Amino acid sequence: MKLNLKIWRQNGPQDKGEMKTYPIDGVDGDMSFLEMMDMLNNQLVESGESPVAFDHDCREGICGMCSLYINGEAHGPDRGVTTCQLHMRKFNDGDTIYIEPWRAKAFPVIKDLVVDRSSFDRIMNSGGFVSVNTSGNTVDANSIPIPKDDADKAFEAATCIGCGACVASCKNASAMLFVSAKVSQLSLLPQGKVEAKERVLNMVQTMDDEGFGNCTNTGACEVECPKGISLENIARMNREYLKGALTK
Amino acid sequence: MALTGLFLCLFLVGHLLGNLQLIFITGEEGKVAFNEYAYFMTHNPAVKVLSYLTYFSILFHAIDGLMLTIQNKKARPTNYAMNKPNTNSSTPARYMAILGTVVLVFICTHMVNFWAKMHFTNMPLHTITKSIEAPVGQDPTTGQPVVKELEVDYVYTTNGQYQESKVSLAEMNYSEEKYEIKKGTMLYDKTSGLKVAEGLKDLHSQVMTFFGQDIKGLPSNSNALLYVILYVLSMAVLGFHLWHGFSSAFQTLGLRSKKYVGAISMAGKLFAVIIPAAFAIIPILIYLA
Ligand code: HEM
Ligand code: SF4
Ligand code: FES
Repeated sequence: MKLNLKIWRQNGPQDKGEMKTYPIDGVDGDMSFLEMMDMLNNQLVESGESPVAFDHDCREGICGMCSLYINGEAHGPDRGVTTCQLHMRKFNDGDTIYIEPWRAKAFPVIKDLVVDRSSFDRIMNSGGFVSVNTSGNTVDANSIPIPKDDADKAFEAATCIGCGACVASCKNASAMLFVSAKVSQLSLLPQGKVEAKERVLNMVQTMDDEGFGNCTNTGACEVECPKGISLENIARMNREYLKGALTK
Repeated sequence: MALTGLFLCLFLVGHLLGNLQLIFITGEEGKVAFNEYAYFMTHNPAVKVLSYLTYFSILFHAIDGLMLTIQNKKARPTNYAMNKPNTNSSTPARYMAILGTVVLVFICTHMVNFWAKMHFTNMPLHTITKSIEAPVGQDPTTGQPVVKELEVDYVYTTNGQYQESKVSLAEMNYSEEKYEIKKGTMLYDKTSGLKVAEGLKDLHSQVMTFFGQDIKGLPSNSNALLYVILYVLSMAVLGFHLWHGFSSAFQTLGLRSKKYVGAISMAGKLFAVIIPAAFAIIPILIYLA
């Protein structure tokens, strides 16, 4: 399959950057999107050009490193998959494909398609944990009874891989889906209840300080999230926030 | 945002019920009902509290909404070269600020046209005219009484009565006012100088002429069709704003669960269609009547 790639090239954070066109031939439908990018990079290296920088790690849809805004959608046109799990058979011979980095003030471009997502780490540092006693006497986790429904909901929220597609596809570049998944995962479980109020207040504060936008409930994040994290989590975080703000 | 938005939704329901009197009650009865309602809305202390809450809500909602929108624009300094937001979100949801701004412009012009007139101008009082046959003298040759058609005006007053205010006889160029009107509505007896009653401002007729009916004694409005069209378009914009806004407010307040999310979304869409449509039908019916 022959494709016409339009890729964002930016040589470092200070560079202005621009869209560049790269024709590519011989792409197989069974390739993943990242394999297609590898193929392009081989050609670029062979012709003496610098390869396109992009993020990736596990290539099996679990680490959240791959990103890419493909043809106007985070992780491309397929639903419920990351870019590494997107196959080239979703495209047609002769297609033009736009490939851009996540766009958000809180995700500055490092190079080409690689963005700095450490703002997510700083949000996690501000509350995305439970404090446990590590001075011996480890309690068996299964000794704490947890209602099945809560455990399921917490697990669903915990499947968030922190990829940032929610931010990338939100018209406000809001991180609410990510933060609400993390808040939900912890606050639904007994171990997380103790710090629930500080957690939500601190994480939301950090989120705002990092320059993410505000949620206006457009719902784009839920549609584009590769893990199907539900807007229900955002509602839960709004409840938790209201509770925390009123009583703390 | 959500609290003011939902409060404004309640306000819409109340305002709509008031307006519906314009089409559901006809004739003099409708005029009485509507003008009494308008008087109540401008004089009742409880309503005053509610109306200040409404002004505050509109201001807060609009300012907060626009501030949010500016912040949100700043959160993405560089836009995508290719973006397909239609694949993941509804159009009204993405244009809330523009829809809201149009609604704000509408609210301002609407208030200038009706609210400000009612509050700050001396509009004609609610008056009915009756023709009465009365003897006006004697025929000098036959000695028979001469009977003429007299026009008698009655002002409808706050105590629910019609107060005879003016007698005139056009062919003899005769006209006698019984009262002097002070402060726009207060009737003072011309002979005794005492306050007799308070007349009702005739907002009903103002609305009727605004949307195209010819009312005796008021200049007719040649722009009525344009006003009706603008009004209907504004209601469509309001409908789109609510299409997203109503259910969005519940989400903002954290009122969402698997069980109710469908019902809230459905209620929001029904609200967004029914309320603006009911508002819009009123000027259309007035225009066509
Ligand atoms: C009668 C008039 C109005 C009603 C009933 C109304 C209702 C609502 C509701 C219920 C929401 C959802 C709130 C939320 O999700 O938290 C909303 C959002 C919004 N409104 Fe209004 N609104 C009105 C007028 C206006 C005006 C005059 C503006 C001003 C420019 C405006 C701008 C916005 C914006 C920008 C949002 C999006 C913010 C968000 O979704 O959180 N609205 N409106
Ligand atoms: S919520 Fe979904 S889109 Fe957002 S970071 Fe987590 S997995 Fe990615
Ligand atoms: S590379 Fe790990 S999720 Fe795509």
